[in-house]
Amino acid sequence: MTRLLMKGNEALAEAAIRAGCRAYFGYPITPQNEVGEYMSHRLPEAHGVFLQAESEVAAINMVYGAAGAGVRVMTSTSSPGFSLMTEGLSYIIASRLPCLVVNVMRGGPGLGNIAPSQADYFQVTRAPGHGDAHGVVLAPSTVQEMVDMVGLAFTLAERYRLPAMIAADGILGQMMEPVTLPDPIEPPSPPAWATTGAVGGRHLISSIYLQPEELEAHVLGLMATYDEIRANEQRWEDYRTDDADLIVVAFGTVARIARSAVDRVRAEGLRAGLLRPITLWPFPTDAFARTPRRWLAVEMNSGMMVEDVRLATGGRAPVESYGRVGGVVPTLVEIAGIIQTIAAREGVPV
Amino acid sequence: MIQVAGRPRALLDVPMHYCPGCTHGIIHRLVAEAIDKFGIRERTIGVACVGCSVLAYDYFDVDFQQAAHGRAPAVATGIKRVLPDRVVFTYQGDGDLASIGAAEILHAAVRGERITVIFVNNGLYGMTGGQMAPTTLPGMKTTTTPGGRDVRVHGGPLRITEMLATLDGVAYAAREAVTSPARIHRARRAVEAAFRAQIEDRGLGIVELLSTCPVNWGLNPVDAIAWCEAHMVPAYPLGVMKDLPGRADAPKEMPRETAHANA
Repeated sequence: MTRLLMKGNEALAEAAIRAGCRAYFGYPITPQNEVGEYMSHRLPEAHGVFLQAESEVAAINMVYGAAGAGVRVMTSTSSPGFSLMTEGLSYIIASRLPCLVVNVMRGGPGLGNIAPSQADYFQVTRAPGHGDAHGVVLAPSTVQEMVDMVGLAFTLAERYRLPAMIAADGILGQMMEPVTLPDPIEPPSPPAWATTGAVGGRHLISSIYLQPEELEAHVLGLMATYDEIRANEQRWEDYRTDDADLIVVAFGTVARIARSAVDRVRAEGLRAGLLRPITLWPFPTDAFARTPRRWLAVEMNSGMMVEDVRLATGGRAPVESYGRVGGVVPTLVEIAGIIQTIAAREGVPV
Repeated sequence: MIQVAGRPRALLDVPMHYCPGCTHGIIHRLVAEAIDKFGIRERTIGVACVGCSVLAYDYFDVDFQQAAHGRAPAVATGIKRVLPDRVVFTYQGDGDLASIGAAEILHAAVRGERITVIFVNNGLYGMTGGQMAPTTLPGMKTTTTPGGRDVRVHGGPLRITEMLATLDGVAYAAREAVTSPARIHRARRAVEAAFRAQIEDRGLGIVELLSTCPVNWGLNPVDAIAWCEAHMVPAYPLGVMKDLPGRADAPKEMPRETAHANA
């Protein structure tokens, strides 16, 4: 165990190597460049492969090749680059290959800007690739979680033979915090299905099933895995929700600000709490069985996660939505103000 | 009795889906023969492209990964970089390699990836029904150039192997055809040489093989062979473009003294 002051992107990269990652393929894009830069000198020291690809399209396909060869492999990118990776991700999901894809989200749409954002929520949770494609999505809210989620991501990716994604944002990638790094582990041996050579039988990594019935059977297999993940892997954190009349739902950086906002309005006598989804896919639906008087989803996007909140709450309590877009980060005062406004409108306590 | 001919060990004894007169079958055999010759069947990983040869993995008794359209060189890079002692080859058509995958093959060549590229050029998109490819000949009718390819609109044929041969990372580059026994014999040597470039760690090896597409050319198999000879071969000159004896990307001596002199 080592405790260090590290930048989120670099901490994540070091954690990946300690988790047995031995290949990284990526393409420069802000605000995640430190991941590749760190890997470029550290991975060779760990006898791993670092390669700067000619594009995100190539990078994700290199990940496909290395994952198919049975190596613990990852890439990292930011929103516009993630769009390019969705092609390869669909093939990776269809071919049941484990890997880690990190998306340090920035403002969009289009080239947008390099400010922190959560506007790829739909892309990572709904359609990380064409077809019936899903992968586990983890949302860190601290640099320590950037570290802790890497090992978890590889574990889940290999357990379910699907890619795992870490959806962070520009703040988490860029800020420095003290972190405790895990002890390094040795990479696992290549699994039996990997294309390491046709000794004792050949191996095939493919996503083509020309007969509809064959493809349906394949997709039903994927769907069974999705159901298993939904049943086993929902993760969330509760903060002061026990007696809460209003529960704020927020993930990532916004959850940290919302936590402070909850403390502030609590000091004024409002019974507010915070529910922080840690897995975005599967969405922690089980956490929404309770019925407070009101839910408030706060996000750095136009209102995406709120749709999952509405689905999970099934109309049992009103759900409100507040978001900042374009890379603007909502402030503590701003979120507290929203809670206070709702409370005033609906009558105290909320 | 000495057996002088037979099915290559690396080729599976199964019916192929290719159309009558298609030359993929011949080229598959040449690749399998090269794998046998070098004794690398159990440490070879093929990468299939998108196009008529998307199912190539059904015919080779080696490990395979099937790549997205055009991305085979990137997939092969991922495999070769983590398994440097294996032999990795891509099998790509002209739409796959020269159009949608132009960036991937170009940069795999720039990096001098130790992979072998089997590039099958029939001048159009076969699997999707005969649309124009970058390799379509001027005036050639396809389903998207019903009046013939007009170079003022679509540009001219892309001779991408010549382009790739200019790159430092490429150790071997050749173009051959499979239109006659003599040509097939030359093609066999080229395929072997492209594998040898990888096995000897010299750089990327690529062989472009002019192929026929009787169905989409609207010709019977015999006439298709003649058409390939009459039209494809003149437009795409045959022969070895590059065959470097040593490592293609051996570090060049930095002109340090010159740099100092200028400083």
